[in-house]
Amino acid sequence: MKKILLSLLLLFSATLLYAQNNDVEMADQMRSSGKIYVVIATIVIIFIGLAIYLFTIDKRLKKIEREN
Amino acid sequence: MKFIYKSWWKLLAVVMVIYTLIAGLLLHVPALPILHETIRNLYFHVPMWMAMLVIFSISVFYSIQYLRTGKEEYDLIAVESVNTGVVFFIFGLVTGMIWAKYTWGDFWSNDPKQNSAAIAFLLYCAYLVLRNSIDEEQKRGKISAVYNIFAFPIMIVLIFILPRLTDSLHPGNGGNPAFGKYDLDSRMRIVLYPAFIAWPLIAVWIATLRYRIRLIENKRNTIE
Repeated sequence: MKKILLSLLLLFSATLLYAQNNDVEMADQMRSSGKIYVVIATIVIIFIGLAIYLFTIDKRLKKIEREN
Repeated sequence: MKFIYKSWWKLLAVVMVIYTLIAGLLLHVPALPILHETIRNLYFHVPMWMAMLVIFSISVFYSIQYLRTGKEEYDLIAVESVNTGVVFFIFGLVTGMIWAKYTWGDFWSNDPKQNSAAIAFLLYCAYLVLRNSIDEEQKRGKISAVYNIFAFPIMIVLIFILPRLTDSLHPGNGGNPAFGKYDLDSRMRIVLYPAFIAWPLIAVWIATLRYRIRLIENKRNTIE
């Protein structure tokens, strides 16, 4: 019994060691689960919003320039 | 100067930035220790400095033109370019600080790159203060143009040359590898180069908007 327990324990510790033996950690999992797209959507929406805002300022300015 | 009223290049800049936002987060990047995914900051942090550099170059060009011709519009272009450039300067500094926190361990570790960037920032703040402290228009234009022409090379030396000669931790400085080395698979270039074109265009766009507002203000002031 003791032998079996010990061997199991050693086996378990070996798997633990194995789990830590990763390469450089990257966001691969996040991408595979598809959630990076959420972030991209957020950033792109914000940027498109800002761009539209800039275009409207541009338009209004053109109007004022014509009046001047 | 007709092109500042055209919108095709503004749309181009917007489309290119959107492309870098998507491709910059999705495409493959080399897996490197310490950097991890922050290597993607290359697509967003470095273009801020590129935009700043382009806009300050435009400013110096028009400062020289102002000294040569004495046309007031050139002075206005120079000022509004610096005003816009300073904003991108702040973006560059802040994004760099966030990156430094998670790679170097501290927001501000007195790295030569950080310190000299801060000094260069003060240099341009001094330009704006100097300008606003002079009331007489021609005097203001001339003094600030001369200051601007001298500030530009000092900024270049401070940000791009001195940190390279010292032991800065910043990639590309003090013997550290720059993106040329990360880039062994040159796939990063297909995102970085469009970003290098798009962000300066955005900066130029904002500067032209400010310049056009300034022109109207100027016209009103002279009429009154």
